[in-house]
Amino acid sequence: MTTTTQKLLVNGKDFTLDADPNMPVLWALRDILGFTGTKFGCGAGLCGACTIHVDGSPMRGCLTSLKQVQGKQVTTIEGLEAQKLKDAWLTHNVPQCGFCQAGQLMSAAALLKVTAKPTDAQIDDAMSGNICRCGTYPRIKSAIKSVTEA
Amino acid sequence: MTTFTAVENISRRNVLKLFGAVGGGLVLGSTSLAWSPMALAQDKQATMNLFVAIGEDDKVYLTCHRSEMGQGIRTGIPQVLADELEADWDKIVVVQGLGDKAYGDQNTDGSRSIRKQYHKMRQMGAMARTMLEQAAADKWKVPLTEVYAKQSRVYHKGSSKSLRFGELAVAASAINVPDVETLTFKPDSEFNFIGKPKTIVDMDDILAGTAMFGYDINVDGMVYASITRPPVLGSDVATLDDSAARKVAGVLDIIQLPVPKGAPLFQALGGVAVIASNTWSAMEGRKALKITWTKSVNDNHDTTQYLAELVERVKQPGKVMRQLGASVDSWPAESTINAVYTVPYLAHAMMEPPVATASVTTDGCEIWASTQTPQSTQKNVAAVLGLAEEKVKVNVTLLGGGFGRKSKPDFSVEAAMLSQKLNKPVKVSWTREDEIQNGYYHAISAQFYQAKLDNSNQPQAILARTGFPSISSTFAEGVDLPSAGELDLGFVDVPLALPQIQLEAVKATAHTRIGWMRSVCNIQHAFGIGSFVDELAVKANKPCLQMWREMLGEARKETLADQGFEYGNYGETLDDHPIDVGRYHNVLNIMEAKLAQQAPVQKNQGWGFAIHRSFTTYVAVATLVEVKDNNLKVLKSISAIDAGLVVNPDRLTSQTEGAIIFGLSLAMMGEISFKGGQVQQSNFHDYPLLRFPQSPEIEVIHIQSTANPAGVGEPGVPPVAPSLTNAIFAATGKRYRDLPLNKVLSV
Repeated sequence: MTTTTQKLLVNGKDFTLDADPNMPVLWALRDILGFTGTKFGCGAGLCGACTIHVDGSPMRGCLTSLKQVQGKQVTTIEGLEAQKLKDAWLTHNVPQCGFCQAGQLMSAAALLKVTAKPTDAQIDDAMSGNICRCGTYPRIKSAIKSVTEA
Repeated sequence: MTTFTAVENISRRNVLKLFGAVGGGLVLGSTSLAWSPMALAQDKQATMNLFVAIGEDDKVYLTCHRSEMGQGIRTGIPQVLADELEADWDKIVVVQGLGDKAYGDQNTDGSRSIRKQYHKMRQMGAMARTMLEQAAADKWKVPLTEVYAKQSRVYHKGSSKSLRFGELAVAASAINVPDVETLTFKPDSEFNFIGKPKTIVDMDDILAGTAMFGYDINVDGMVYASITRPPVLGSDVATLDDSAARKVAGVLDIIQLPVPKGAPLFQALGGVAVIASNTWSAMEGRKALKITWTKSVNDNHDTTQYLAELVERVKQPGKVMRQLGASVDSWPAESTINAVYTVPYLAHAMMEPPVATASVTTDGCEIWASTQTPQSTQKNVAAVLGLAEEKVKVNVTLLGGGFGRKSKPDFSVEAAMLSQKLNKPVKVSWTREDEIQNGYYHAISAQFYQAKLDNSNQPQAILARTGFPSISSTFAEGVDLPSAGELDLGFVDVPLALPQIQLEAVKATAHTRIGWMRSVCNIQHAFGIGSFVDELAVKANKPCLQMWREMLGEARKETLADQGFEYGNYGETLDDHPIDVGRYHNVLNIMEAKLAQQAPVQKNQGWGFAIHRSFTTYVAVATLVEVKDNNLKVLKSISAIDAGLVVNPDRLTSQTEGAIIFGLSLAMMGEISFKGGQVQQSNFHDYPLLRFPQSPEIEVIHIQSTANPAGVGEPGVPPVAPSLTNAIFAATGKRYRDLPLNKVLSV
């Protein structure tokens, strides 16, 4: 494992960093580039707290290496353009502690991008990889549905 | 109660110094101003030891000295302060208080922030308002009675004169602090914020990804640590080969931490710390460590065997803790019903694992931690560094969940020890595996319940025993009986109207760190009594809810006097927070009416019910399940909660929704098991939490009450598990007495 120069396109901006190409994007974002909105929850792709978009698709930042995203567009919560969804989160007072919510929003935004009017089952399926220990699932569901039914 | 003895006016010079850009104004705070502004990179304002401060620009700075972990306290405390202050909500800025004794208790657990702070915060707000009003009265040369504050302005009743808070702040700060006895308080009918739903103050930051949690702290010159801790409590490093770890890119150093002797307390567990230039390198470095561990007295801890022994022990006489009526000898078997219930060890699994950053310099130590307990952090860090407590400054970040785990400051102690050794700031980040395997666990437990029945199968007497390793064992070696404080949690305080009650505790030795987790011993005790009353109801062929009504007896305030123990009542007097059977009945009645409105159950479906008082709040939960081909699906949960006066109803609802999901997680899937003294689980694949598709439809009934504010964060949890297993019985005729359910059902 050696450090080499890596390029990273995050939220539309180019970054150059010296890092191990095997380093998960999560840690490059958080510890090197200072995008701390993307959270660590498990390090094993089990909780979804680190969900980012790579070329628009949801990926787990803890399992996605820098070399896997070379030449691709990485979007984090800081660059997520989903105002309607965020407004719905606010209207439904979704967050409790808030720690998992970046990942929840990233997953929900990715769902709505491919499925404008998801069914309950599709929402359950798309959100099943994101754990919320505070238990905000019912409000997340209401928030997502309010956007699609608007 | 800590009130205003510690409060004083702060001179304008201090105000200027502390507020910098703000320029001046009224500041109410404690005498201790030893702290410099907080250095959080993204914090908008300097943080001070203040409850109320007003800038000349009209900004109203309100200090929240309790920790925010999702319960909404950073919104709730300001709601109370701002209401009495008559502040304009749009002008408030919430300042997070540092750890300091001047605030009084800051340990944010026990569902007590609003319960304990409500009156104090009203006084603080009223005091500041009075000073602003006095300043206006002085300026206009009119009596105080002719002025009043409203929405961040003070008005003169006899004219059109008015002044902004910001215009009055400096003059107000020179006025003597009024005596509490002279303060006037708003009538409840005039509340602007108390009792009104408020969006949490951190909402925008959370949605933008800029909210600052402990994991997000970045201090100049900081290095990152990840620690491999002893897998068995009490073992230590026997051999260490760190040669490969040192070669991992980014690894800067390897430091062995000592394993403490004696009771675990809040000490660092010891082990081997890998120091690196980023978190991932530190974690990768750990994978390359080669460590062997010494033997420990806990090497043989095996939960299968331990629980089997505990179950046998609760079937035998224990130590009588509460006795009403004659001592129980033996009842004829044909007139009794009995059952044993078990709950395994549980881990907190808050989404943000423990994390702390420490910077030790010649001046002292500064900590940034997602902690529920900044003062205990200060004390324990000071002790390990050999510093005076006032030399340790503790900044409280947002907590990515707490649930009791973060009221143990061991992770801050680790960071402080490493920073002292390295002479630079260090962030200690726990991994999920660390959190699951090196926790302060909710205790494994067994409860035995026996009732004597009359000819119509109505219970006439009850005998119950509880056994679990005590939290006290974490603080004193050798403790092997539950403490009175633990038995208070839903065991001795259930106000059953029976003439003969005998409640006992049995011994259980601790083999790991036992801690408190959301609702603590109420989890196992509510599961025990909540299941048993349903079994009694089935035997007597009546609804569970009706059996509760009959067993609770007539409306009364139960004192539990003269029954051999002193009830702690969550630190409250029975005058302020009685065990009010009338409130139980009210909750029962409301839930009964709600259930009457539900659609008839389908095949393979059933409703279950349970009720429990904890943290001086009354909660009933009804759960609807469907069980088909051994697959359990929770369809609906209804929770009716009477928590007294509620400051932010939306957070009551959200906390209660969350409590249902927390309770379902533990009942359906929660289990930490030990083998060879080691925790067998490691991450969310084998310590699963409820996920989106498993989450039922939830309805929370907020029962309006003018009783003293009670607990909100925890009391929703205890009745969930028994209401679930009772529902499964209703659906299938099968009684499950051992949690979690995923051992026998697909969930």
